[in-house]
Amino acid sequence: MKGEMMELKLTVNGKPYELMVKPKTLLVDVLRNELKLTGTKTGCRTSSCGACTVNIDGRAVRSCSVLALQANGHDVVSIEGVASGGKLHPIQQAMVDHGAIECGFCTPGMVMSARALLNENPKPTREEVREAIQGNLCADEGYVKYIEAIEIAAEEMRGGK
Amino acid sequence: MISDFEYFAPKTVAKALSLLARYKEKAKIIAGGQSILVIMKQGLLKPQYLIDIKGLAALEYIKYDEKKGLRIGALTIHRAVEKSPLVQKYFGVLSEMERNLATIQTRNWGTLGGNLCHGDPAGDVAPVLIALGAKLKLASAKKERTIEAEEFSKDYLEVALRPDEMLTEILVPNPPPRTGVAHDKLMVMKGDMGIVGAAVSITLSDGVCQDARIALSNCAPIPLRAKEAEKVLIGKKISDALLAEAGEAASTEVSPVDDVHGSAEYKKEMAKVFVRRVGARALERATGGRA
Repeated sequence: MKGEMMELKLTVNGKPYELMVKPKTLLVDVLRNELKLTGTKTGCRTSSCGACTVNIDGRAVRSCSVLALQANGHDVVSIEGVASGGKLHPIQQAMVDHGAIECGFCTPGMVMSARALLNENPKPTREEVREAIQGNLCADEGYVKYIEAIEIAAEEMRGGK
Repeated sequence: MISDFEYFAPKTVAKALSLLARYKEKAKIIAGGQSILVIMKQGLLKPQYLIDIKGLAALEYIKYDEKKGLRIGALTIHRAVEKSPLVQKYFGVLSEMERNLATIQTRNWGTLGGNLCHGDPAGDVAPVLIALGAKLKLASAKKERTIEAEEFSKDYLEVALRPDEMLTEILVPNPPPRTGVAHDKLMVMKGDMGIVGAAVSITLSDGVCQDARIALSNCAPIPLRAKEAEKVLIGKKISDALLAEAGEAASTEVSPVDDVHGSAEYKKEMAKVFVRRVGARALERATGGRA
């Protein structure tokens, strides 16, 4: 039947969830409204701004542009799952230390795009860093600090090499 | 706001095709959803049934054969095409196209087949496949057929799929020796939709253009094959002046419309520029990587 609730099973930040959703529900709305993980931001809901970026199976994806049911069986990581054991992830720490933050609204998306990049490519060129966050809009023009912070984090994660 | 629909996530291609056979026009297929969700959010499309094929791993592959060329499963994500060593080695233009196609987030979830089936004349995949002389495999529960990529687009957002059919595979033949293919588009920002795009394939024989295929995006209701521009090149030794002449010819074939990104007049001018510019790059590749 149209609009009938369906079962969704997925892993979010390492924790398995089972819930019922309407098929038209977007992943971002499950994260924010059902799981109360509001660190993922909704900027435009039209796949333009990248504020809702999460990692699905390690890749950066916009959660406003994926039906929640499409994440069935997948491993989703949102900004809340990036730090571990009360310690910030090197990407987060580098952004804090380097002042790569203005109003902070685009920051969770930036972190998720950077995390996906550094998982795949531990030693990115500046061009690759720029490309990784090209789909994350910052209304405060803070791109340079973000790029530098991601480079610092990459070095840190490689053990200072 | 997205309208309610009934959702299916079939586990096999056969099951997906039987659902299509049952619901036909009332059903829509969603792959990565990077295009369809946009128009569903706008309320332009309100399918009664949505068949989600994103999870069909059987249609996610890139295979290469020395004789038959490249075969790409319709559900292969853009990023996989871009990063594939096979694609980079034998069909560099596909990787070149993918890098500019959209943002990484979209390329990480969106599929090659989904992009094609959306039928947007601004899309990048169709013109490149037309330039490469690719074919598309379309399947229904009853049979399978193969058509030229060039025959696939019918009108704005309309493709040649019958209501019970879906795209399963993209076949790209090996280009003849001394062929160069290139793609580029006019963008506000890297990864944006192309305001005008061009894909050009040039085959040389003894320095003379043996064959040329030119396809343009966002210049007509469908990805446009600029045959008059091709005729300018075929049978001649290509020079910068001849490429400019081909650009002039292309600008008489296009029928762009005014929009927020540019006037029809501007797009005609850009069609001229991009045929010349991309043609020069294709020529360079055909002649063998001369700087």
